[in-house]
Amino acid sequence: MPFIPHTKNDTKEMLEAIGVDSIADLFDEIPPELMIEHLPHVPHAMSEMEISRLMRQRAKVDGSPMCFIGAGAYEHHIPTAVWDIATRGEFYSAYTPYQAEASQGTLQTIYEYQTMITELTGLDVSNASLYDGASALAEASLMAVRTNRRVKSGCVLLAPGVNPVYEQVAAAIAGAQGLTFERLPQDAASGNIDFDSLPEGREPVAVVVQQPSFVGTLDDVDRLTDWAHEQGALLISIVNPTSLALLQPPGQWGEQGADIAIGEGQPLGVPMSSGGPYFGFMTCKQKHVRQMPGRIVGRTTDLDDNPGFALTLQAREQHIRRSKATSNICTNQGLMVTASTIYMSLLGYDGLVHVANTSHANTVLLADGLCAIDGVERLYEGPFFHEVALKLDRPIAPLLTTLADRDILGGFDLTPIVGVDALLVCATETKTEADISTYVAAFADVMASGNA
Amino acid sequence: MNKPMDSNLIFDKSRSGRRAFAQAPAKSATSGIPESMLRTDKPRLPEASELQTVRHFTRLSQMNFSIDTQFYPLGSCTMKYNPRACNALALLPEFAGRHPLGPVSHGQGFLTCMFELQEMLKDVTGMQGVSLTPMAGAQGEFAGVAMIKAYHEARGDHERTEIICPDAAHGTNPATATMCGCVVKEVPTGPDGDVDMDALREVLGPKTAGIMLTNPSTLGVFERHIKDIADMVHDAGGLLYYDGANLNAILGKVRPGDMDFDVIHMNLHKTFSTPHGGGGPGSGAVGVNDRLLPFMPIPVVGSSEVDGETVYDWLTEEDIPQSIGRLSGFMGNSGVLLRAYVYMRMLGRDGMQRVSEYATLNANYLAVRLRDAGFELAFPTRRASHEFIVTMKHEARAYNLTAMDVAKALLDKNYHAPTTYFPLLVPECLLIEPTETESKETLDNFVTAMIEVATAAKEGTEFKEAPYTMPVRRLDDVKAARQLDLAYRPE
Repeated sequence: MPFIPHTKNDTKEMLEAIGVDSIADLFDEIPPELMIEHLPHVPHAMSEMEISRLMRQRAKVDGSPMCFIGAGAYEHHIPTAVWDIATRGEFYSAYTPYQAEASQGTLQTIYEYQTMITELTGLDVSNASLYDGASALAEASLMAVRTNRRVKSGCVLLAPGVNPVYEQVAAAIAGAQGLTFERLPQDAASGNIDFDSLPEGREPVAVVVQQPSFVGTLDDVDRLTDWAHEQGALLISIVNPTSLALLQPPGQWGEQGADIAIGEGQPLGVPMSSGGPYFGFMTCKQKHVRQMPGRIVGRTTDLDDNPGFALTLQAREQHIRRSKATSNICTNQGLMVTASTIYMSLLGYDGLVHVANTSHANTVLLADGLCAIDGVERLYEGPFFHEVALKLDRPIAPLLTTLADRDILGGFDLTPIVGVDALLVCATETKTEADISTYVAAFADVMASGNA
Repeated sequence: MNKPMDSNLIFDKSRSGRRAFAQAPAKSATSGIPESMLRTDKPRLPEASELQTVRHFTRLSQMNFSIDTQFYPLGSCTMKYNPRACNALALLPEFAGRHPLGPVSHGQGFLTCMFELQEMLKDVTGMQGVSLTPMAGAQGEFAGVAMIKAYHEARGDHERTEIICPDAAHGTNPATATMCGCVVKEVPTGPDGDVDMDALREVLGPKTAGIMLTNPSTLGVFERHIKDIADMVHDAGGLLYYDGANLNAILGKVRPGDMDFDVIHMNLHKTFSTPHGGGGPGSGAVGVNDRLLPFMPIPVVGSSEVDGETVYDWLTEEDIPQSIGRLSGFMGNSGVLLRAYVYMRMLGRDGMQRVSEYATLNANYLAVRLRDAGFELAFPTRRASHEFIVTMKHEARAYNLTAMDVAKALLDKNYHAPTTYFPLLVPECLLIEPTETESKETLDNFVTAMIEVATAAKEGTEFKEAPYTMPVRRLDDVKAARQLDLAYRPE
């Protein structure tokens, strides 16, 4: 029996000890009319060898195309040691560290993670992670309402560059508690905030800006942070952790810095894996820590006065506070945080700078190559990090299909979002100059042949 | 368990200029980004060699209890063996490397698995639709209650704002109801562990949106009046939500859909054996009946016939316009879903039924052995489900041996502690869930350990300062909360 150790004799002895004749007798409190005989739509069992063959066949169907898509998930090299260690049984098959003395490995790892992610974002404190970047915006918005109690509007203002899916997720989750999300005006040339027509008198509870923006641009985050604080709002920043090797961290934006920083942790050593599991990070100023959702680990001492680690500030959480908790969140994304902590340790700041710089340089090279093709130009002026929006003289979808037939994933189709034929491309450090040349040549070929 | 050789942080191994040089790309570039936008400080990330880093985190891993190293009878958490093949096959390079926004032309292998997973989960729950997108049990709960709300609102029934939860419910249930903008009404449990029907009748009414139930309940017993409860709630105009935390107890035996539940979330990291990972990732797929089908969270995997071939695709806003929306940036914890898929295919239809059979056998055997050894069962007249509760209230009074003391003493005997002090309504409780993957010998040895602890307490041994053999002794939780130290900041 797969994964069940009982011999016939074991079962017999156990049933005798209980005082019943059969396993079926153990279900005798369940109304018999509810019991089913079997599961007709579940296939019969496969051995490990059979399922391995099936999964390898299916993996082969999906292939390994050359990927130039970003749009919220990024292909980075993951050092072998990261998942070798993260999938050690002691990390992989442990649970939430409720028994602190028997969970110091997980607890210390989270403490080290909290240190690294606060260092990167330039803020004081971090939780042990949330589900992903998108749902972190929902949690951050709800946290802003709890923190900024003076403001009753329930209105959250989003910069034009906030990922539209993040807005959808935040609206689906936080909308249930009456929060509304509105967009700030966009400057057509830069794609960034139009500071000349910011709304008056909206009394937002929070203002959200994404840096780099979803369409790759870099906004004037200092100015927006100061404006948000003038409005009595908290400033929530959505940041890409790789970019923080190069860009000013949220804690240093404007006069007072961002209040809360969130983002998708996937670039820090987590495989793209069709969208998950990833992890959302969240850091904030010390004064907001008691309104944070999720687990938090603190360093303390034990009976012998030696240092040790434990979950702390649990009075915020659902298992204590029930209907009055800061969130219903229970698990975080522990294993992904373990992986990211190992990733950040292996790269260090210098390594992360190399990754960020090379990704930036590769994307500049790619943009220059593609913009040299007739019918391709930058959609927005201004600097970018490792992702850039291009405007084309023809529809995007057929072009991407033709490129995919050549095993090149050419980018993310921005057309439904920006209303013109536009493509978002990304070239991380995983791409060589030869890869970029291959892509540019294929792109030029498809454009010239009129196949797109 | 080994005491740590050194208790240093990774930062203590840092030396300026040291790093794992093999991990940096060769090329560094001059930046095209204006100086004013650039970072000027140097964040404190570790500066350690690859070997130092590997050794540090390997050592940390050795300071954990885990299923792979210890019996882990943590009630309500279903800490069963996580087959290694599930992990290896989910991390095949093509699956691990697939971009979530990649075209479906390069995702038919992955989508086939997801579609078949939806179909299998429909069968085991008795539901008409499944959405895999919720990223944890708590998010599945959110999706479920949000769908119940959307259902009432779509019918113009705007007054239904109350969610009923038994007092024994997981804390996530009331927290979820609040997150959905609902008011929580608690109903008490009777002395035999079933819901107090009179109390339930009293809270039902025109404001009832629905009820959230776990069955078997968190008390480790099957709710025998479930059909009556379903009829009463439906007659009052409410819907029934099934918290799938305890699905392992009834897998392939009883289906929530047949119990007349309208919506269920499943904890794939419990019943379907995906890793708990030190606290996540979870995965909280939801199943719905016809009533709630139009409100499922997106995306869902759909299939169609193209030129005689089955093609899988995403169903989104256009296909499910009344959906409660998106709950994740892409499609939830897809890598976890792949692990659950592999596990289910290895079990097959018969293996699924064996899960609940042997989980129930192990729990009842362990309960009887502990009862016979003198421990008091919280519900002695009831059959255990896949878990059961021992109350230490007698030992606490007589020998000052509390549930917490037992938990800590067990750590010194190399057993992870059962769940303590949950459910809240049973005093000094230990919620014990052995799971089907543990052998009779392990259970017998655990009984011996429990007897040793109780005997030692009777003979005057105190466990107030246990454990003694872990990397640390009992920790000062009060200090942790009062003198917050949440990140390493040497200054």
